[in-house]
Amino acid sequence: MPGAGPPGEAAGMTMNACSTAIEVDRLRKRYGRKVAVDDVSFTVAAGEIFGLLGRNGAGKSTTVDCIVGLRTPDQGRIRIAGLDPRRDRRELRQLLGVQLQESQLPDKLTVAEAMRLYASFYRRPADTERLLAMLDLTDKRNTRYRKLSGGQKQRLSIALALIGRPRIAVLDELTTGLDPVARRDAWRLIEDIRNSGVTILLITHFMTEAERLCDRVAIMRDGQIAALGRPAALGTPTLEDTFVALTDRVPAGLTLTDETPDNQTLTDRRPR
Amino acid sequence: MKMLRMLTLTEARLLLREPLAFFWGVAFPMVLLTVMGLSASKIDGVSLVAIYEPIVIAFISVAFGVQGIPVQIAGYRQGRILRRLATTPAGPARVIGAQLIVSLAVILIATVGVLAVGRLGFGVPLPRQPAGFALVVVLSAAAMVALGLLIGALAPTARSAGAAATVLFFPLMYFAGLWTPQMSASARHIGQFTPLGATTQALGDSMAGGWPHPAALAVLGVCAIACAGLAARFFRWE
Repeated sequence: MPGAGPPGEAAGMTMNACSTAIEVDRLRKRYGRKVAVDDVSFTVAAGEIFGLLGRNGAGKSTTVDCIVGLRTPDQGRIRIAGLDPRRDRRELRQLLGVQLQESQLPDKLTVAEAMRLYASFYRRPADTERLLAMLDLTDKRNTRYRKLSGGQKQRLSIALALIGRPRIAVLDELTTGLDPVARRDAWRLIEDIRNSGVTILLITHFMTEAERLCDRVAIMRDGQIAALGRPAALGTPTLEDTFVALTDRVPAGLTLTDETPDNQTLTDRRPR
Repeated sequence: MKMLRMLTLTEARLLLREPLAFFWGVAFPMVLLTVMGLSASKIDGVSLVAIYEPIVIAFISVAFGVQGIPVQIAGYRQGRILRRLATTPAGPARVIGAQLIVSLAVILIATVGVLAVGRLGFGVPLPRQPAGFALVVVLSAAAMVALGLLIGALAPTARSAGAAATVLFFPLMYFAGLWTPQMSASARHIGQFTPLGATTQALGDSMAGGWPHPAALAVLGVCAIACAGLAARFFRWE
């Protein structure tokens, strides 16, 4: 049983091929009358980089919220390294590292202070200095959050997600807003993290990113999984084509650009 | 415990980096008391500085409790800091606890500062009923911090939290006597049922050597418990 032992034993973090890191089984979640997630199932193997793709409102965020225990599913079963996100909250928090989109830090907190603070939350924190070096933040250690660039903030956010030495990291729109060079640096970083034995659930809008990094992806549409598999197997000819074909409701031949005269009406017709 | 200690240290450090909050909550009350102390006028034979000391002390708990806390909490919610903490072993409630601890501590320190200015600068005697005085200071700080928590629980953004706090500031401090230390009998009567009206009167009583009126303590206790309960009930983490 993966994760049956205490997370303290994650030192023996292995890429045990047959173990399951994340298991989502027939997940359902609705808000009022709107069904946000409808019968979603997938598993992520330990050591895998798994991509969750989909347009805004497709149900990615709700799925992630249920996985990390921020929301309670209406139906279905979730296991993270064998733990129930709601029932085994305390244990789960120790072995799950989360990077949330648009999550900030207090403006006047410095990088080193944020690292020390978050390190104090975990039983076996990673070495702060090493992590800062790995994320190229060492010379920013005394810089206040407000003064960091977008890329530096993102890297700090990743550092904080990793400081508890998680077995599983959930990275939500990690590279949104990064310039192309910073994005490529982030990709290398994610591969390094995976190579250190961490399972990664990546939520992204960038198909090239998913193609480059993910072992497998799930494409969500209207709260359901529209496609699931290796990016190369899904991508015909590219993953982006598959994504657009699966999730775009606009009649073929019409594209949604600002030049399209009835852009607005097309947008409005789409279900949220 | 280690988490709460680190969060409290962090919040204290962040507060020290807010010179404006410090000026308004710590320096301004002392300056205001000094201005009153430099005036020779008296009301009913009592010096202005002695009349204003309880009012200024009430002001401190408004500055940190009602004006400081809601903006911090709403800002943390808006910046998704509470949500981020909810994914760590610390959880979001601990950081709120840390803010309450820091606010209460600063209120107590600033109160001691005001007493020192009054005593050393202008010879205002220290409270003759220290236990009663301390009880009222703690209760009124708890009531204002709880009120701040309630605003922070309900206000969706830091901006709206600040606006709500500003709107509340005026009636609260009016009944404390900030603008009219010598109120009409009817205003005074209504005032003793408001938290800061009760605070100034009870502080004045215990400075003069009497035990604070039970009604005043009850007003503060009810305010603290009711606000804290409502805040817990309606708190929005995101």
